[in-house]
Amino acid sequence: MADPPQDVPFEHLLRELAPQVLGAVARRFQDFSSAEDAVQEAMIAAFTQWPKEGVPENPRGWLIQVACRRMTDQMRTEIARRERETAVAKEVENLTSFLEIEADMDPDDTLILLFMCCHRALTSSSAIALTLRAVGGLTTAEIANAFMVPEATMAQRISRAKQTIKASGVPFRLPAQPERMERLPAVLHVLYLIFSEGYASSIGTHLQRLDLAREAIRLTRNAKTLLPDNAEVAGLLALMLLTDARRAARTGAEEELIPLDKQDRRLWDRAEISEGIDLLTAALSKASVGLYQLQAAIAAVHDEAAKVEDTDWPQILALYELLKRVAPSPMVTLNYAIAAAMVHGSAKGLELLQALDSDPRVADHYRLAAVRAHLLEKLGDHQAAIEHYRIAAAKTTSIPERNYLITQAARLAGD
Amino acid sequence: MKYILMMTGNKSDFDGYAKWSKEDLQANVAFMRAFSKELKHSGVFVSTEGLGWPSEARLVRAGKDGEPVTDGVFPESKEFLAGYWIIDVENPEQAYKIAARVSQAPGAGAKSANMPIEVRPILSSHADLGL
Repeated sequence: MADPPQDVPFEHLLRELAPQVLGAVARRFQDFSSAEDAVQEAMIAAFTQWPKEGVPENPRGWLIQVACRRMTDQMRTEIARRERETAVAKEVENLTSFLEIEADMDPDDTLILLFMCCHRALTSSSAIALTLRAVGGLTTAEIANAFMVPEATMAQRISRAKQTIKASGVPFRLPAQPERMERLPAVLHVLYLIFSEGYASSIGTHLQRLDLAREAIRLTRNAKTLLPDNAEVAGLLALMLLTDARRAARTGAEEELIPLDKQDRRLWDRAEISEGIDLLTAALSKASVGLYQLQAAIAAVHDEAAKVEDTDWPQILALYELLKRVAPSPMVTLNYAIAAAMVHGSAKGLELLQALDSDPRVADHYRLAAVRAHLLEKLGDHQAAIEHYRIAAAKTTSIPERNYLITQAARLAGD
Repeated sequence: MKYILMMTGNKSDFDGYAKWSKEDLQANVAFMRAFSKELKHSGVFVSTEGLGWPSEARLVRAGKDGEPVTDGVFPESKEFLAGYWIIDVENPEQAYKIAARVSQAPGAGAKSANMPIEVRPILSSHADLGL
């Protein structure tokens, strides 16, 4: 299937309507998996028909009607098959009227879908794909293109994810409050991964690809509307905006990576920064502080410094200190070491890195070698710095990172 | 994360393969077909290709005026790529597991060939957020 044209209004409308339509159809038929397929077919039908025939007067009703027709067709086929096998007939006619289904829509449907697609039983790649399709209203072709895999592979991944959900027996309803809070981190993590996939790969020659970072921001905005009192959802949205704000500054003319301390800060998106800061301020006044609020707060400190020398490193160090307690991880320790180096000197940073050498989760990670190289360079030990830049270059799986790291080594070697 | 699984062999491995019995060849082809199907079914398949044999390989360099100068003489020990699969998986362990599976492809005399499979990460245009 050819890619649909980007950024045409009806496409946005479709993406907004998709989870609402899916929610209504899934509830009526009590079958998320088949409903999801039927809605996808309705979406594809809309993609081909709407540009030619115009957007229908009631686009949501149109989609529900097409999806329901698919559902009943499928049920008829299934019943016919069973009839041949067991001679048991079942009535499907007049099963449902689409108007009735439309009236039955619930604003929480999108939330139900989010919890369903970000189910613990799924691998992160499956949860990401299913979330983008069922909640994001994207086509399989668009998702496949974004992840650069064949469409058939993405379709298979989505279908297997749905089988897993079916097997786990989760009903199509909102989890009860305590369970909801327990499962929310998994939902936020999937949204975060979609953002990071999009933001990280905004470099490169894939301009034709779907903007996953923007999709993640859109989905997180929706989640915030549905969970207005949750400070971590607001924190995640703030983190995305405060990070996305630097997008234009993080690559150069040759698509080379530009680290934070070398970026032209005039290119940062002021509107995104102030929205992120407002969200964060409101979130922080609410409840106990969480992982995303803290990361957003760190991003905000960077964004608020007009010049790199103005960066309030003691505050960043204090925030990482908190983050180490709230959500300890080797990456947090690594970032903590960078902040400590900025406040207390590179030797202190290097000392903190030693603890990570024996942590199997990070000991072999390129970033540990890259940070060590950077701190060694600052201390003037160029030979050791060159060595670690090259170790990092060999370990990274990113072309822009590798180019950046070998260039750092070459620069020092040439001095 | 994408990985490439490369099946390689030297010239004598290819010559040996050409002399397998009909049954052995059929078993091998059936295995490879089933393997590709498995990859597709599990949602990890990206692409696969088989390459022409070493006798068809040419080393090409640019001559004085940039014109191609070809050479077909290779040392006996040279390893040739026979074919590859590209897969998209969650982690390297999953890639190794899949590579081990293809390494069990039946060889001559209905024994597992226990082929060595070279597994390498495919670089992306990503630069992670470092969070």
